[in-house]
Amino acid sequence: MNTTVKIAGVTFKNPVMTASGTFGSGMEYSEFVDLNRLGAVVTKGVANVPWEGNPTPRVQETYGGMLNAIGLQNPGIDVFIERDIPFLKQFDTRIIVNVCGRSIADYVEVVERLGNQPVDMLEINVSCPNVSHGGIAFGQNPNSLFEITKEIKAKAKQPIIMKLSPNVTDITEMARAAEAAGSDALSLINTITGMKIDIHRRTFALANKTGGLSGPAIKPVAVRMVYQVANAVKLPIIGMGGIANAEDAIEFMLAGATCVAVGAMNFVNPYTTQEVITGIEAYMCRYGIEDISELIGGVR
Amino acid sequence: MEQKKKETGVVYRQQEIATGIFDMWVETSLAAQARAGQFISVYPQDKSTLLPRPISICEADAEHGRLRIVYRVAGKGTKEFSGYRAGMKVDILGTLGNGFPIAEAVKKRVFLIGGGIGIPPMLALAKALKDTDTAAIDIILGYRDKELFLSEELARYGSVHIATEDGSAGAKGNVMDAIAAEGLEADIIFACGPMPMLRAIKQYAQEREIPAYISLEERMACGVGACLGCVVKTREVDHHSHVNNARICTDGPVYLATEVEL
Repeated sequence: MNTTVKIAGVTFKNPVMTASGTFGSGMEYSEFVDLNRLGAVVTKGVANVPWEGNPTPRVQETYGGMLNAIGLQNPGIDVFIERDIPFLKQFDTRIIVNVCGRSIADYVEVVERLGNQPVDMLEINVSCPNVSHGGIAFGQNPNSLFEITKEIKAKAKQPIIMKLSPNVTDITEMARAAEAAGSDALSLINTITGMKIDIHRRTFALANKTGGLSGPAIKPVAVRMVYQVANAVKLPIIGMGGIANAEDAIEFMLAGATCVAVGAMNFVNPYTTQEVITGIEAYMCRYGIEDISELIGGVR
Repeated sequence: MEQKKKETGVVYRQQEIATGIFDMWVETSLAAQARAGQFISVYPQDKSTLLPRPISICEADAEHGRLRIVYRVAGKGTKEFSGYRAGMKVDILGTLGNGFPIAEAVKKRVFLIGGGIGIPPMLALAKALKDTDTAAIDIILGYRDKELFLSEELARYGSVHIATEDGSAGAKGNVMDAIAAEGLEADIIFACGPMPMLRAIKQYAQEREIPAYISLEERMACGVGACLGCVVKTREVDHHSHVNNARICTDGPVYLATEVEL
């Protein structure tokens, strides 16, 4: 049985990754999960300088999901290179670094700093709904997305993955813009902008007022968007949005994803990534699937 | 070596010890490593409730492998837990966070201050201090009314002083009123309770130049330091985050009051 997949020349031992922001840089979850088992660890977003993030409360539960407005708190690229990359290098897994910024120059600075680092791919976060500058602003307009993708692609030493926002009218328009600008792959979806109101205190449940919705509640939206994008562009897709088990992951692959990422469900069950991997293997056995690539885009 | 793990425990027994306050003993291997001031995450079975509920450890019985939590029913998750009966399964993750620095209490006059649902961890701490050579232990407890849950058990470990919001038992008002009314004094404070109480304790301790170790809570998702949901503003740049934010779940929940902004 072959579970390896390939994106932009990078081979992954299996298609299962962590979704950015839900797994830190792997340190915390390495107490639970054997990181060697994972196809890749996708790190929390890192910027050129440390970011404080938003005030608390930053997280709230919703029906079958959760809202977060962390605001991309991160220690900055210096600490990340010094501490997080060497940590991840101890493991036999691919490293994908999620990059965030407030301006194109910020993104480019991080991308250039990572140029000589042992990381496999860069995921460009142009879809965070919880910061006032940068983030989603680049991901909601095809021209802006084209421009930033092109600038980053010109400077990047590693293949780049543009991470798309679902908070748009037509996600295929964004996918086409990223493809035209030279992105090597796409990941989707980032969180869906949402709001929760505390009716007892008559205030917003999150200090940031709005937050990004994730978890099983958003899965059907994510599967639909992966399907649409897979049919609109030729780029390989990393699919995510509420994946809780192998069945969910297989849905994403059949919709057109080459890889899948586990996000909010890491918080619910820290062993989710491993369980998804073993579950996919069991599914392949059950249906006599020799090569996992048979699943990708299996539904047309 | 303490290791965090998620496992399925079994409810040993549960009872309601005050209106909406439940007292549950869980059989779990985590009991052996539990320390006063730590917490566990408890997972509801209702799949519409995604996130675990962080609940402080009230007591640990390492010998029999049982942990005790005392919690208030506050929403869907805790409502579900309150229906658990002996023999039922309960999914937990633990043990989480750092405990109270018990060694700091040696030869000192100690205040243990608990407010409302911040009282339960004081029992674990009071038990842990039993074998510590302290000068005196005053336990100041703040309640809404005369439903004085855990106060009798705590009285075994120190001198208990009560404050109630409605004045139906002890001093009328809050724990600070009880301290003033009885002229109590201490060299070190350990506390857990609502934010206004913790702010008052921080100020009280600063005025007297004594250390106050306070246990904080915040909305959490992962409980293990990955999501950065439950941060507190810190005076100094945090060693892990490299900004003035520390993760309550992993760096706390107990902090020296002067180190955090409340």
